[in-house]
Amino acid sequence: MLKLIINGRQVTAKNGMTVLQAAQEAGIYIPTLCADPDLEPHGGCRLCIVEVEGMRDMPTACTTTVSDGMVVNTETEAVNKARRTVIDLLISDHPMDCLTCVKNQRCELQEVAAYLGITERHLPMTITERPVDDSNPFFTLDHNYCILCQRCTRTCDEVTVVNAVEIINRGYDSKVSTFGDKPLMESICKSCGECVVRCPVAALVPKNNIIPTSEVETTCPYCGVGCMMHLGIRDDKIISVKGSRNSQANNGRLCVKGRYGIADFVHHPQRLTEPLIRKNNVLQEANWDEALDIVTEKLSGYSCDQIAVIASAKCTNEENYIVQKFARTVLGTNNIDHCARL
Amino acid sequence: MKTENNFNPPEQVLNATDRPRIVVGTATCGRASGAMKVLKTIGDELKRHDIDADVTEVGCIGLCFAEPLVDIIKPGKPRITYGELTPQKISSLIEDYLINDNPRPDLALGTIGEGSIEGIPRLFEIPVLRSQVRITLRHCGHIDPEKINDYISVGGYKGLEKVLTEMTPQQVIDEVRTSGLRGRGGAGFPTATKWQFCYNAPGNQKYIICNADEGDPGAFMDRSMIEGDPHAVIEGIAIAAYAIGASEGYIYIRAEYPLAVKRVLFAIKEAEAKGFLDENILGSDFSFHLHVKEGAGAFVCGEETALMASIEGKRGMPRPRPPFPAQSGLWGKPTNINNVKTLATVPIIIDRGGKWYSQFGTEKSRGTSIFALTGKITYMGLVEVPLGITLHDIIHDIGGGVPNGKKLKAVQTGGPSGGCLPANMANLPVDYEELARAGSIMGSGGMVVMDEDTCMVDVARFFISFTRSESCGKCVPCRLGTKQMLDILENICSGKGKPGDLELLEDLAQSIKVSSLCGLGQTAPNPVLTTLRYFREEYEEHLKYHHCRAVVCKELVTYSIIGEKCPGCGLCVRECPVGAITFIGKKKPVILDETKCTRCGACYSICRLGAVEIK
Amino acid sequence: MLTVAHLEGSVQSNFKKQLDSILLNFKQDRGNLIPILQQVQHELGYLPGEAMQAIADFLHLSSSTVYSVSTFYTQFKLVPSGRNVVRVCRGTACHVRGSASLLRDIERRLGIKPGETTADREHSLETVACIGACALAPVMIINDDVYGRMTTTDAGKALGNYRANKETEMKP
Ligand SMILES: Cc1cc2nc3c(=O)[nH]c(=O)nc-3n(C[C@H](O)[C@H](O)[C@H](O)COP(=O)(O)O)c2cc1C
Ligand code: SF4
Ligand code: SF4
Ligand code: FES
Repeated sequence: MLKLIINGRQVTAKNGMTVLQAAQEAGIYIPTLCADPDLEPHGGCRLCIVEVEGMRDMPTACTTTVSDGMVVNTETEAVNKARRTVIDLLISDHPMDCLTCVKNQRCELQEVAAYLGITERHLPMTITERPVDDSNPFFTLDHNYCILCQRCTRTCDEVTVVNAVEIINRGYDSKVSTFGDKPLMESICKSCGECVVRCPVAALVPKNNIIPTSEVETTCPYCGVGCMMHLGIRDDKIISVKGSRNSQANNGRLCVKGRYGIADFVHHPQRLTEPLIRKNNVLQEANWDEALDIVTEKLSGYSCDQIAVIASAKCTNEENYIVQKFARTVLGTNNIDHCARL
Repeated sequence: MKTENNFNPPEQVLNATDRPRIVVGTATCGRASGAMKVLKTIGDELKRHDIDADVTEVGCIGLCFAEPLVDIIKPGKPRITYGELTPQKISSLIEDYLINDNPRPDLALGTIGEGSIEGIPRLFEIPVLRSQVRITLRHCGHIDPEKINDYISVGGYKGLEKVLTEMTPQQVIDEVRTSGLRGRGGAGFPTATKWQFCYNAPGNQKYIICNADEGDPGAFMDRSMIEGDPHAVIEGIAIAAYAIGASEGYIYIRAEYPLAVKRVLFAIKEAEAKGFLDENILGSDFSFHLHVKEGAGAFVCGEETALMASIEGKRGMPRPRPPFPAQSGLWGKPTNINNVKTLATVPIIIDRGGKWYSQFGTEKSRGTSIFALTGKITYMGLVEVPLGITLHDIIHDIGGGVPNGKKLKAVQTGGPSGGCLPANMANLPVDYEELARAGSIMGSGGMVVMDEDTCMVDVARFFISFTRSESCGKCVPCRLGTKQMLDILENICSGKGKPGDLELLEDLAQSIKVSSLCGLGQTAPNPVLTTLRYFREEYEEHLKYHHCRAVVCKELVTYSIIGEKCPGCGLCVRECPVGAITFIGKKKPVILDETKCTRCGACYSICRLGAVEIK
Repeated sequence: MLTVAHLEGSVQSNFKKQLDSILLNFKQDRGNLIPILQQVQHELGYLPGEAMQAIADFLHLSSSTVYSVSTFYTQFKLVPSGRNVVRVCRGTACHVRGSASLLRDIERRLGIKPGETTADREHSLETVACIGACALAPVMIINDDVYGRMTTTDAGKALGNYRANKETEMKP
């Protein structure tokens, strides 16, 4: 444990922590736009600059590691002046339609601007009409709102390791894009949406933007990994999905199916909710007792070796274990396989 | 504290020949002035007259204004340097001097070495060279960069041999500390301190990098150094590698310098063959491998962390420091980066001793520095001077002042990271501290002289347009701030400036300086801030009166025809791309329609009678 | 704007061989990305989409990553240049000695802006930050020939020498 002083307060921190982490743990707010707990420090947005006694320039809290006896000031006039210029520059290159923006009130740029007391635009607008990539069925990439914090590209590199989105070009002409500057759907993007979750502004936003009234935590039914998720509920219906950090299996992450495939199939009118039995060549609703009886009856008409069992990838490991146990001890067959192998 | 006037050892070596030797400067600037044609003519003429002579190609001696340069050495005669040669001039020179013994003083610049020739001054006493102290550049223009034996014959690789046989790494670092050598790449960080950090850093694998990216768009010191004396750079790198404990090294060199790339690659091969590089150098247990990486056109890659990212095969985006390269550099290993000139100076420091080197220069800025003197100056070229010399001495004594009777307006040092100093500061001593105090920086050696025909607002716009397009885009202040500053400057230059623009510009510039991630953004505002500080009235003229006194800003000038001077030849009528000029009859001046004129300047450049006026 | 150019069918098979022989000289190491791109561009004149994809596969990188590196550095061309590449130096020394009007004049003569190629694919126009021949400012480079101390009139003459078809008149 190290001791340092932030804004006159004695704070303890673990060795190797950044000044930003130490401040956050002590409940001291430092504005940030490019930092993300899952990503390596980047130091691009420059909002987290602080003054450290004995250091010549103003270092960024997100990239500076703590040392014992460090004296940090996060709120000096010089620091806030520079931060205000950063926000002035960002909003002069960003649409000014907050009220109708999907990210209104959930936008990190708004949050930081408010924190710094910015109430008007000081610089001439530099933004020109930029393209919108609407190709992905689940989310939109609107370059007009992008502040180039690189959280998306760093996520695609460090978290998902797909590297579908990267920064292309240089300087003011930089842009989040793919190989050949093609639409996302024509790229190697897996639509996992991890980037969307981390975008601080309305540049990467889900197409479905309804806000839930409550949340329920559950495990994803799609496969056996066991990712946990928060289902967003409104009017008794699942309308959104968010990764949960309560499971080590996914630590907040989800794949395209879990994130974008749940609400649709749960509420799909054709979803099977009762067993169906074909009677007179027509599938008819039945109850479980009826259905299981038929299965038992039909299975007993075959010898053990004539039976094969195929388990589902949607089941958990435990469920799959039970399936093979059932096959081996009850049905007496070793003909067992799993759909993920097919 | 200047004690020795000129330091030029290799001349004796090269002067001693038993048959005529002809030395041709074939560095980039020589080639661009026609040196290859001259070289070919020499070959043809020697064959035609059946003369037995050696022909040697050398790098640039720095007298770029007089290129192409040829030296002729006849046995028993001093070496004579001739300038501004053409194929015609060289063929008559060969006939006159080699056959008829007329040394043609009319074509000669000066003699080098023992003896004298009537009518020809001694080269190192002509004004351009008299006040120079050529230590780092001592071999450039004298030895053949593609012959390692030339370098060895003038004492080359003696420094490396000395450190390997007599010195510990710590002793090498201490010797460099004694010399007071500071980095010649821009920031002027003490070289020994940097080496010490890297030497002290734990780790078995360390790297040394020679920064030959030379991104300042108005400078060519590093190019000339490598083209003229690549082995000095290689020897310096090897010594530095030994001092810090590096077994691998890289030269990161601009791809825009094909000749320098070729020569350094060749020199590395030669050095490897002679055992100055690779395994067990000179029989010691020190092994060191040197590689060359070509840049791919990004100014920001001159910045240390961006440069390393580029070697790693990534976009050249800087990262915040600490950790410093000496702690975690290339591939996460301790790394030391130095400029070409810094490293090229190391061998002679080892050879002659740090104390000897420290006698040149000033208390805080020891030694000599190399500048590329260009712009509106009579004698353009490469100069090496002791630090502490005044701008005035460089511009007037060495550079011959501003040509065409024009007045000196400003001197720009440090390129896009530096500033413009006004003529009345010409007595400023050139060293790291003084230049920084004046708002500029020493930089890596670009020195661009500007006269009254240079618009200072346009110069600021020029530099910001450069940094805007070279910004890597990683951090907000630089990416968007250079764009904002450029927009404002473009407005001012085209008469669309608004009241308050100058204050806004100044405010933005200050914030960008303190909040940018790397040196590019941190120094990009310097050209704006210095021109605002020293030439504010020019900004105000543009802003308030839409007037550009240097008639540079296109939108603020008008073109007209001076009736008395125009004989109505009509040349400009054909040249004008928009038909703004009409011909009304022979011997009658043509008429220029200002409403159609796009101020492209075509008429001005075609008219030889000065009848087109720009106001 | 064209963002990736593709090879025409006729050159494709040849290209594969050429690319393989280039890659043969390199280790599969990310540090070789830029040297490989440089070598491919040196041989093909530009970086076709297929080449970037193949290099990505060779180095186990994503194609987007290779594209992102290629678009960072000004040296890399993603579309083929014209037969003659005219480069005007826009370094400081050249600027102070009039390269802005030299460039304007060449733009006018060729009818293109920097970064563009004429419709007949005869000329591409580019600017370069500095070639280090500042003492000869302003400097223009056509293919590999350096022209120093250029005036607009001289530049016009020099350009004329690089036209395959001297009949099609260039703007004066
Ligand atoms: C944007 C930028 C460009 C730079 N370009 C160069 C360069 O072209 N050559 C160089 O030697 N140093 C350059 N530097 C400075 C280097 O980062 C570094 O300080 C230098 O190479 C260290 O060498 P020295 O200690 O020998 O001066 C640049 C710095 C910045 C911020
Ligand atoms: S899309 Fe969003 S996350 Fe990605 S760079 Fe732009 S603002 Fe940042
Ligand atoms: S200051 Fe400019 S060049 Fe440096 S990191 Fe920031 S954007 Fe990139
Ligand atoms: S959060 Fe530190 S620079 Fe963006």
